[in-house]
Amino acid sequence: MSTIAADARLATRTLSRARSSVRLRRYLRNAGTLVLSAVIVVWTLAPLYNMVLISLEPEGDVFTDHIWPRVPSVESFWGVLTQSHWYLEHFWHQFANSLFIGWMVTFFALLFGSLTAFAIGRMRIRHGWLVSNAALLTYVIPASFLAIPFYRIMQNYGLANNPWSVIAALVAFATPYAIFVFQEYGRSIPIEVDESARIDGASPPQIYLRIYLPLMAPALVAVGTYALLLAWNEYLYQFLLLSSKANMTVPVALAQFLSSDQSPWNYMMATAIIYAAPPVAIYYAFRRRMTSGLTMGGVKG
Amino acid sequence: MNGTSVIDVGRRPAIRRRTLSRSLRGGLKGGEYTWAVAFVVPYIAVFLTFVAYPVVYGLWMGSEASLYRELFADPIYQSTVVNTILYLALGVNVKMFLALLLSGFFMRPGWWMKALLLIFVLPWAVPQISTFISIHWMLNGEWGFLNNVLYALFHIEGPSWLNDRWSALGAVIVSHIWKWTPFWTLILLAGRMAIPLEISDSAKVDGATGMRGFVHITFPLLANLYLICTLLSTIFLLGDFNAVNFVSGGGPANSTHVLATLGIRNAFEIAQPRLGVAAVMSALPLVIPLVIILMRKLRTSEVQI
Repeated sequence: MSTIAADARLATRTLSRARSSVRLRRYLRNAGTLVLSAVIVVWTLAPLYNMVLISLEPEGDVFTDHIWPRVPSVESFWGVLTQSHWYLEHFWHQFANSLFIGWMVTFFALLFGSLTAFAIGRMRIRHGWLVSNAALLTYVIPASFLAIPFYRIMQNYGLANNPWSVIAALVAFATPYAIFVFQEYGRSIPIEVDESARIDGASPPQIYLRIYLPLMAPALVAVGTYALLLAWNEYLYQFLLLSSKANMTVPVALAQFLSSDQSPWNYMMATAIIYAAPPVAIYYAFRRRMTSGLTMGGVKG
Repeated sequence: MNGTSVIDVGRRPAIRRRTLSRSLRGGLKGGEYTWAVAFVVPYIAVFLTFVAYPVVYGLWMGSEASLYRELFADPIYQSTVVNTILYLALGVNVKMFLALLLSGFFMRPGWWMKALLLIFVLPWAVPQISTFISIHWMLNGEWGFLNNVLYALFHIEGPSWLNDRWSALGAVIVSHIWKWTPFWTLILLAGRMAIPLEISDSAKVDGATGMRGFVHITFPLLANLYLICTLLSTIFLLGDFNAVNFVSGGGPANSTHVLATLGIRNAFEIAQPRLGVAAVMSALPLVIPLVIILMRKLRTSEVQI
């Protein structure tokens, strides 16, 4: 009788001890998550906060030692938008240049990429693997390593300081990725769709336009976003190939601020933020599509 | 016997011709074959003009042996090689290891994790130039944000981070890690998500939880992806120009260049394009095996990045 009671008491005691250890572990785990989350937030946001901080300084007050904006002023943003500083006299023109290059790169990468993937993956052209290998090779060669010969070639052709030379370079580097994603995504569309259209008498361009492209819409959006961001964010080729202020793009103009020690740093940071806004907005708007594009076809081990 | 052999001799060219034309056309009818070729031609033209031609031109520019003698004797080049090796070893491995750990962290359920992930990917979403310029000013010795924070919190007078070779190189490496960890975390997170739930669940039932589950179940399944990501990130980092150019600018006194920035500096700042090409080409013994391994891996395992 008493042994049973003692056993029961022992059991409840161990049970409650186990419960409290589980609770303690969960508590520690939550605390760990919280600390790690805080570290991640601070680590991630510090350089971005610094950008905002400097851009909010009123002019002449940049070399201060405080860590929050004491007299926040949006004067610098206004200055960029109205091109009121001589560093920024072509800002909107340069913004348009960036946009133009971005759209052209997106258009040609999508066009050439989808045509090539269609011919290789859907029409099964012989020796198509040679083309895919060429694309793969381009993907794994660092673009910056080709910058010097590319610059020389463009000079020989008289294409230096011409936006089309930048577009050509960026299309060459963006299309391989487009070809992979399209080929990989195309595998999820049954080939019988094309074949039945073929039997019904559709010509290859008709199949490409009416059947292939509409079915590929999600992949087109993913790759289009990738190409647009690639062109918008690229610096080296634009810096080397575009020298005049009228042909420059925003990243090149932004780097121009660094050429002098007397530059208006708050204007520079405001420009950097305005320049960063479109890609961040696009990224968050197309986030799901982009990450699905990144890992499209799965990551089969 | 004789008769058949005569017939054989007569037939063979016909068969060969047919197989040749079939192998060329890949089973497509005449008109369709023309269309298929027309579809591939634009990309082939782009590849030949803007990739293959510059590659050949570059190889030709950097083909003189005397260039390399001049290059190897240059003390800036020697320190550049050391920097490049450090940048590769630390930049790639620390970043990939962090990405591996963080991808596990972000597997946890809850809205809080999703919100954190949204913040976490910001460095990847913001253009490189903006962020690297910001980091450059953050590290200024007199009025940089980092030293201001150190002073406000601990009353420490921080050093001029970018005026010393090793701290400047460290700043470049940390900036690279800051910028690219989110991207690789997302890739590895997708890899972890692709592991079927049954596998991890049955492993848990069998007692493989926590560290043991990771070592015996998760990592073996992720290993191939991890390897490919490491190789790809090695080659991307080797070609990285922006982090060095904007964070340290190659300074102080050209002591923090890497091969990619030294190439551009030789070609455009001291106007010796051949020496610039030679600097870049001296990475070929590392680039070529990497490219070969990567092309094999990417072709066979169908990893998309």
